[in-house]
Amino acid sequence: MRSLLGCALAVLFVGSFVATDARAQSQWPTPPATPTPSEQISGPLTGGTADHTKFEILKQSFATGSDVTQACLSCHTETGKHFMQNIHWTWEYRHPATGQLLGKKHLVNNFCTNARGNEGMCAQCHAGYGWKDEGFDFSDETKIDCLVCHDRTGTYYKTPNSPGSPACSVMFEGKPAMDLSRIAQSVGLPERANCGTCHFNGGGGDNVKHGDLSSALKNPPRTLDVHMGVDGLNFACTACHITNKHLWAGSRYQIEAKDQDGTGLPGQRRDVATCESCHGLAPHQVDSIASFKRNDHASSLACQTCHIPEYARGGVATMTHWDWRTAGKTRNGEGYHEHGYTQGNGEHRYTYKSIKGDFIYAENLVPLYRWFDGQMTYTTIDTKFDVNRQPIAINDFTGHREDGHSRIWPFKAMYTWMPADVGNGTLVYTHLWGEDDSSYWGNYDMGKAIAFGMKKAGLPYSGQYGFVETVSYWPITHMVAPKEEALSCESCHAVGGRLDGLKGLYLPGRDHHAWLDLIGVIAVMGTLAGILGHALIRIVSSFRGQHS
Amino acid sequence: MTIRRVKIFSLFERFWHWSQMALIMVLLFSGFGLHGFHHLIRFETAVTLHTLSALLLLLLWAFGTFWLFTTRSWRHFIPTLSGMWQVFHFYSFGIFKGEHHPYRKAYWRKHNPLQALAYLMLKIVLFPLIWITGLIYLFYFLWRDLPQASDWLTGFAYVHTGAAYAILVFVLVHVYMLTTGHSFREHLMPMVNGFDDVDLTPEEEAYLLKDEPENIR
Repeated sequence: MRSLLGCALAVLFVGSFVATDARAQSQWPTPPATPTPSEQISGPLTGGTADHTKFEILKQSFATGSDVTQACLSCHTETGKHFMQNIHWTWEYRHPATGQLLGKKHLVNNFCTNARGNEGMCAQCHAGYGWKDEGFDFSDETKIDCLVCHDRTGTYYKTPNSPGSPACSVMFEGKPAMDLSRIAQSVGLPERANCGTCHFNGGGGDNVKHGDLSSALKNPPRTLDVHMGVDGLNFACTACHITNKHLWAGSRYQIEAKDQDGTGLPGQRRDVATCESCHGLAPHQVDSIASFKRNDHASSLACQTCHIPEYARGGVATMTHWDWRTAGKTRNGEGYHEHGYTQGNGEHRYTYKSIKGDFIYAENLVPLYRWFDGQMTYTTIDTKFDVNRQPIAINDFTGHREDGHSRIWPFKAMYTWMPADVGNGTLVYTHLWGEDDSSYWGNYDMGKAIAFGMKKAGLPYSGQYGFVETVSYWPITHMVAPKEEALSCESCHAVGGRLDGLKGLYLPGRDHHAWLDLIGVIAVMGTLAGILGHALIRIVSSFRGQHS
Repeated sequence: MTIRRVKIFSLFERFWHWSQMALIMVLLFSGFGLHGFHHLIRFETAVTLHTLSALLLLLLWAFGTFWLFTTRSWRHFIPTLSGMWQVFHFYSFGIFKGEHHPYRKAYWRKHNPLQALAYLMLKIVLFPLIWITGLIYLFYFLWRDLPQASDWLTGFAYVHTGAAYAILVFVLVHVYMLTTGHSFREHLMPMVNGFDDVDLTPEEEAYLLKDEPENIR
């Protein structure tokens, strides 16, 4: 509920005089940097009640991760059932509003194209063991991978579930052996590095996919992320993405684009990971007209819009363009790769890989700003599209000023030339990973890989593949800068500002009525000219008067 | 009839005039900054200045209106056609020939007919236009969820901007007028010390000398 009129007036009158009061000063910059870095702050479970090194069942040598899971489940008896509802296990999401069947199990993306059919490689990031084909048993609790999230030693890793072509499998050779017993005894709440194992490396590399999730967040300074900063609040991911029965808040498929509820009572609101769920609906302390206006802006602007001035910060680049058309070039019959980009932290990135094609990277990017109601619509494998209307939106979103639940959000736009069935006008499941001779990552034959991928999934394929330009949109929500680095008013309230071209709002400083300004300027200039003329005649005639 | 120096602008009226002048200057400066015509101050500063000075001006106007009606000074602003032509003719022609201003301030009427008309238009057309649209704009947060609120806001903003141009034109002419007739200083001083040359009837003179000797020199 907004402030009452009188209240607002009082605030406006008195407010700006106390803009620089002592209280505001003491909170600047916020949050204060802590001198000694503490443990990462997680959700409500912080402060454990069990020391896993004392558990008899964990004092054994485990042969496989699955053996550890069985030990976990012997105490955490209900966790298996809970976790099986989790999208990290199902890789499947039925969107309640659009009815679309989503999740990595089904989607085509415009990075490595599709997990479907490539589980041997892609399901490395599945929170389970051994998913390499359609035969995976999703009802087997012992296949849950507890350690990928709960390992606190940093020594746990997973390799692909199937070897793949010899050309690729070399990447995973020579990893040090894991001490599963030690790892099992040191489990704890997930840290950023746990989640980051997969989420920082989506799309085939560090920060490739999201743009706002990179390895720079493992130990970020507060200037990179004010919440996760090791010299600040040091939040783990689960501090915001809070859990209930191993289901956690925050979804990329169904986004709360405009939180109307704000903070809950203690223990309430376990459904969202919005800024408002901690900061409330009026997040700026009202001590001036400007901060009153800032709170008012929260109706139209996602917090992220001002508070994440740039993404792909912290020295790790994100990919903005990917061209599959150039994939498959070989040297002496062998695949190769080229370095061509050195990112902020000094690391080199591949700009060409035979197995993937050409890439373009960028850092410190200004997002794309659009009205967004949280609703994502996907071009899935069964969506027919017009190949002449490119770029094809792999995922598109809706939103408008008038609909009551949209706000202006920052996005990363990702452009990819990717293989498609141009005969049928559909996306394709490409068979990239496998030991057979049809897998693209081995034989570099796209036609064969598509035919195999589509046949394996039992989908129609015209036999005519081509490349279409696609775009996907990634809402930017991490890498929240400290408030002193937030955007200033001028960033948008100016001609050529960040919201240039965004429709559905009147933006002072940006929007002008050309005719009104023309008439106004002519009137003012005309008046000045008239005054000047009048004065001149007076001066001239007064001289004449003196002479006569 | 005798011309005497009489205090025609009370302390409040002078305070009103000069505060109004200062606030309008701040409003024009910050407003045209917000509009994007200059970037001499930060947008945030401009919003703060514009909002604060607008609210102060409204407060001042509230007092001013109260004063106008309680002191019956509103009568000074009722335009009349008599003498209008002569004044107009003076500014158009006579002024160039070194003629004297045809209007003599009367005690009961301190503005010439053209002045009265101009001030009246300012008071009942331009000022209401700008403060009504300004208030609607300022309180956008209360009505922003109505259908097409953004389009309406655009409309109000245009009217507000248009009125601002008109007020700037008024200010320019108003200041220029100080240079006409007598010297700039002579025009300015009555609004500083309150005293100006006024054509008094013998009755008025006698009254002032007897009952308000401090207001006549």
